[in-house]
Amino acid sequence: MDAILLQVLNGLDKGSAYALIALGLTLIFGTLGVVNFAHGALFMIGAFVAVTLQRVLNLSVVTVDPEKKDFLGNPLQVQTPYVESWFGEAAGQAIINWSVPLAILAAIPIMLMIGYVMERGLIRHFYKRPHADQILVTFGLAIVLQEIVKAFFGANPIQTPAPDALAGVWNMGAWLGMSLPYPAWRIVYFIFAAIVISGVFAFLQFTTFGMVVRAGMADRETVGILGINIDRRFTVMFGIAAAVAGLAGVMYAPINPPNYHWGMDFLVLSFVVVVVGGMGSLPGAVLAGFVLGILESFASTTWATTTIPGINQIIIYLVAIVILLARPRGLMGRKGVMEE
Amino acid sequence: MFGLDKRDTTLFLFVVAITLLAPFLLNPFPTESALAQFNAGYPDLMQRFVIFGIFAIGFNILFGLTGYLSFGHAAFLGVGSYAAVWMFKLLSFNIVPAIILSVLVAGVFSLAIGYICLRRSGIYFSILTLAFAQMSFAMAYSVLSNPNFNLTNGETGLQVYADDPQILKGDGPDFTHLFGLEMNTTKTLELGAWAFQFNAGFYVCAFFMIIAFYIAMRIFRSPFGLMLRAIKTNQTRLNYTGLNSRPYTLAAFVISGMYAGLAGGLLAVTDPLAGAERMQWTASGEVVLMTILGGAGTLLGPILGAAFIKYFENIFSKINDTVLHSWFSFMPESIDNFLVAILYPFVGKGWHLTLGLMFMLIVIFLPGGLVDGGQRLWNRITGKNRTQAEPVANPKPAE
Repeated sequence: MDAILLQVLNGLDKGSAYALIALGLTLIFGTLGVVNFAHGALFMIGAFVAVTLQRVLNLSVVTVDPEKKDFLGNPLQVQTPYVESWFGEAAGQAIINWSVPLAILAAIPIMLMIGYVMERGLIRHFYKRPHADQILVTFGLAIVLQEIVKAFFGANPIQTPAPDALAGVWNMGAWLGMSLPYPAWRIVYFIFAAIVISGVFAFLQFTTFGMVVRAGMADRETVGILGINIDRRFTVMFGIAAAVAGLAGVMYAPINPPNYHWGMDFLVLSFVVVVVGGMGSLPGAVLAGFVLGILESFASTTWATTTIPGINQIIIYLVAIVILLARPRGLMGRKGVMEE
Repeated sequence: MFGLDKRDTTLFLFVVAITLLAPFLLNPFPTESALAQFNAGYPDLMQRFVIFGIFAIGFNILFGLTGYLSFGHAAFLGVGSYAAVWMFKLLSFNIVPAIILSVLVAGVFSLAIGYICLRRSGIYFSILTLAFAQMSFAMAYSVLSNPNFNLTNGETGLQVYADDPQILKGDGPDFTHLFGLEMNTTKTLELGAWAFQFNAGFYVCAFFMIIAFYIAMRIFRSPFGLMLRAIKTNQTRLNYTGLNSRPYTLAAFVISGMYAGLAGGLLAVTDPLAGAERMQWTASGEVVLMTILGGAGTLLGPILGAAFIKYFENIFSKINDTVLHSWFSFMPESIDNFLVAILYPFVGKGWHLTLGLMFMLIVIFLPGGLVDGGQRLWNRITGKNRTQAEPVANPKPAE
């Protein structure tokens, strides 16, 4: 029982990442009809926002402390981060320690900006071009973004620790009378993903803006005829999708040290998730993300890998192929979306 | 000649001449000169030109003619390589059975994958092929290389060891050979300041590329090729006229898979080693890039694109900051440093950045690729306007 629960928990955090990226992909596809191969790169950029903020907060002023000596007898150079000298030692250290959650605040405007610039500057010109062209140009953009990050941050993964308070282990089985210790940050990640996902759904469901966007997804022309500038709202949705991917990346950084080809790794799987969930269906993308994440974690158990070696590496693709053949529209795909 | 019309014969002979004379044409700078680093006329690089040329020609039969964008073609290349190396391991280093098997295995493999993937079109097809290729990569990388059943040798890559059976080897050569002619034999012809290298492996690959080009040309001009173009133009209409288009697309898929297998086999011939990274989806992206860059749907385009990308990959990644400094050394120090600082991220290890930028620029401004760009330029120079040239290049379907 607790072994099963453990695998479900394991699946939830990876599933959250898949679900968040797939949600953004579906938003872009549903509103603008564009297949965004650069979405994984946005996820990766989000993670590097966290890395950058951590580095910025650690910028230090070097002072010479005449009282302390290093082992050679020279006066010791003490590095004090600026935030510590500004806010006092305790507050400064807390800020540095909580840099990853703080990066969320930085990531939202940055990712909205990037999304806006991407849509207005590049993708806008590709609405009338074939899907192949959209795939190719965003694929090129993904390469460019990832190489830029590589030029600045190098090719090695960068450790980005979670705050100490959340870096430990929580006993998830306590209220079931079981012992089920689990890394706290992964639970935080799942909760965070749930909040972001419900936030996006609530935004679409309960605001006027969201209502117009949903109307535009259903029938873009009619909404346009009604005198609503739907393009501008879709641009905003692109920004929101980019922000969702970015936030997913920010919070994922402590789980897995980010490196520049992260985006590509997650992108392929997220596409599979989108297709399995059903192209253009937001709940489908979220559902498929979690289902595939949990399936993957069950396939990585020792039992599964000894029965069929390497099953954990191919299970998602296998499931996707089976689903696409048996139910070409995906789990929750609507009729008439992407069916030539 | 060869069942081609006059214009095509000229084009074909042009390609044959270019390929056979490549060791001269790609070596325009004397060996000792400062520009010698821009020479491409050495065996390793020339082999890659023609091998990836074959790969791109095959990809173009699928993408250029039917418009189905496969993002998993590298899987067939990898399968071909593995098949060839297994032939080396089991039989002997003779390349003939290796190449035959690599083409056959890739053909069967692409038949199976194509049968499934071609049930869907458009973006679904791209994602399905991508998923299959990633799955093949994962299988080759880990699943099929466990101690009980080691087909691919995982991370190390499949290679020929001294204790392999090689039942037909006898006292044959210890490197890949064509009935005794070893593939790494190189003859150097010194002419004044120039040194031209003629490599057996290159000429074998070139022979296959010429055949591959010829077959592609025949396909382009055949009723079958016309049918494939019809699928690209309007598949729905084709279905309404009562034609089932799937056998045609499947045939195109298998043919292009076999081309990829041939390319993979030849990669193993020039260097008897097969690794899983050949199947990764970035490798599939590369062949898409070559085809688009050269011009999808044109005959010459894929070869041009393959050569272009392989050449710049090689040259750009060799340039480092010392080379850059030596170029700009005639300028004042500060300008020199400034220019180097600007250019440095784009060369050497940053070559992929240039590649990505080039890719975007081509897709944005020149969707027809280099061939189309060249034609437009030519039309502008000769004063023809584009509308005259249009009907030949892109016939509109009759309403």
